Amino acid sequence: MSTPGNITPAQAGFDFAAWFKDFFGIKFDKLLGSLGDTLYMLGWGLIIGAAVGFLLALVLVMCRRGGLWQNRVAYGIVNVYVNIVRSMPFIITLVFVFPLTKVIVGKTYGSTAMLVPLVIYISPYLARLMENSLLEVSPGIIEAAQAMGATTWQIIARFMLPEALSSMVLALTTGTVGLLGATAMAGYVGGGGVGDLALTYGYQRYNLPLLILTIVILVVFVQLLQLLGNRVSARLRSHR
Amino acid sequence: MIHVEHAVKTFAGGQQAVHALRDVSLHVAQGDIYGIVGFSGAGKSTLLRLVNGLEKPDSGTVTVAGQELGKLNKRELLKLRRKIGMVFQQFNLLEGKTVFHNVALPLELAGMKKEEIRKRVREVLAFVELEEKQDAYVSQLSGGQKQRVGIARALATSPDILLCDEATSALDPQTTEAILRLLQKVNREMGVTILLITHQMQVIQMICNKVAVMEEGKVVEEGSVLEVFGTPRAEVTRRFVRTVINDRIPEKFLAVVRAEQRNQQVELLKFIGDQVQEPLIAQLCRTEGLEVNILGATIQEMQGSVMSVFILQLIGEEALVAAAEKKIDAAGALRERLVWDA
Ligand SMILES: Nc1ncnc2c1ncn2[C@@H]1O[C@H](COP(=O)(O)OP(=O)(O)O)[C@@H](O)[C@H]1O
Ligand SMILES: [Mg+2]
Repeated sequence: MSTPGNITPAQAGFDFAAWFKDFFGIKFDKLLGSLGDTLYMLGWGLIIGAAVGFLLALVLVMCRRGGLWQNRVAYGIVNVYVNIVRSMPFIITLVFVFPLTKVIVGKTYGSTAMLVPLVIYISPYLARLMENSLLEVSPGIIEAAQAMGATTWQIIARFMLPEALSSMVLALTTGTVGLLGATAMAGYVGGGGVGDLALTYGYQRYNLPLLILTIVILVVFVQLLQLLGNRVSARLRSHR
Repeated sequence: MIHVEHAVKTFAGGQQAVHALRDVSLHVAQGDIYGIVGFSGAGKSTLLRLVNGLEKPDSGTVTVAGQELGKLNKRELLKLRRKIGMVFQQFNLLEGKTVFHNVALPLELAGMKKEEIRKRVREVLAFVELEEKQDAYVSQLSGGQKQRVGIARALATSPDILLCDEATSALDPQTTEAILRLLQKVNREMGVTILLITHQMQVIQMICNKVAVMEEGKVVEEGSVLEVFGTPRAEVTRRFVRTVINDRIPEKFLAVVRAEQRNQQVELLKFIGDQVQEPLIAQLCRTEGLEVNILGATIQEMQGSVMSVFILQLIGEEALVAAAEKKIDAAGALRERLVWDA
């Protein structure tokens, strides 16, 4: 305790950084960096995963029996692929695609390298969810589109997509939460992220406060994500 | 305008194949409101969908406005479809979009300019009397209003032909009548040939000039509406006509007929328009020794004409009844004997 009138600069204000380091055992910057890593993997993983997933969903919907491009072989291949990848635990996928990661990214560690297994893991999952959304579009709408002379691409872009959008936003939200879980494994390949932080600094070093902090961050993040997803979806659906 | 020749269409069903169309031919002239009536599963929708190529026949040909559909390539077929509007039982509108957006869609697909689209949408919405609903969302409309939007959308590209698949089957009787009047206006003022399918004979009666009756993938009867309502031949046709024109001895009078001990016949008479000039029934009544009871009488309007329908009980000696029948036939009325269970 210092006597009044003799205050050191550190005591003048509350030194957050020092307090943080003291309480959680890591620097605040380290936490910010981990958050950045997670958002990086989540963001790009979602964008690329959703794009690939949408293409897979399109094949599933268009090539199925009675679809506009009915094609048993294409449907069969994608269907089996989606089922296989979805039944594999992420950690297996992660190791299994090392050779491919090496080819694409040039290395198998770091958060960019992590994107390859993340996309491979999440795209079939998103494909299934988006397939369901697209199948919810009433066949009558597609019939009407065909009757007015729409091309197949016009049917997809002007009828199926807008009609399925609200449901697809929910699918993407669900997918993002799943993707967040997968990013926690990034620690195994030095990818960083909040999950990695929880494992290596929180769990393995018996740092309970840090463990709880990371859990709180993840829970709040998932809540906000779900809230946002529901809001956007409801907005898109508000006039039906 | 529309010629379907010997169309056959079989669907591979689960256990056995479904013969949706078995050698169907259909000829619709320019300006017709042609109705196809039949029970559910008769093949009506399949036949209608042949006309805009949504369904291809296994064999047979479909010719629309001089173009044989089987010979068109994909792009030509899409172009032809823009000249054929289609209206559906369930409307098939984009529920989450505005009326304007829905009606503009076919024009956007055709690559029309924004300004022209705006103008055309306003025109067709005015035609279906829904101008003020332009910015409403489809989900906020009643069934009748939705169907008006459906019709406006179908008319947007100024088609020559309108196909209606049970367009009024999801609507209540008043709304049905209003929509049918609208279709009639489309036919008269825009010169659009209409091919419609329905399971309600009232729809045929109200606006069609020609009708085909389908059963189990075949057209069992066809002709002008007056012909088919006047002299239905096939059993299924008689069942449909019966829903509009009673051709049975009314329940109330059945006891009277059964109790009658003298020689008698019960006759169903149909007079079309002013074809029968003489006061036929009055003359019959004046026949010595013949008793005439009117058991039923209705007037049906159809195809801009009227059909008067009578059910007469003729009582008297066999020769007198036979003479009366002859007189009726000579006067040009359509006549058939009705039977009853003793
Ligand atoms: N795409 C299809 N696949 C299999 N069966 C079909 C298909 N479309 C129609 N059918 C069958 O063909 C028959 C005729 O159907 P449809 O033309 O819809 O009759 P309607 O319109 O008179 O009710 C029905 O038995 C129906 O189940
Ligand atoms: Mg039908």
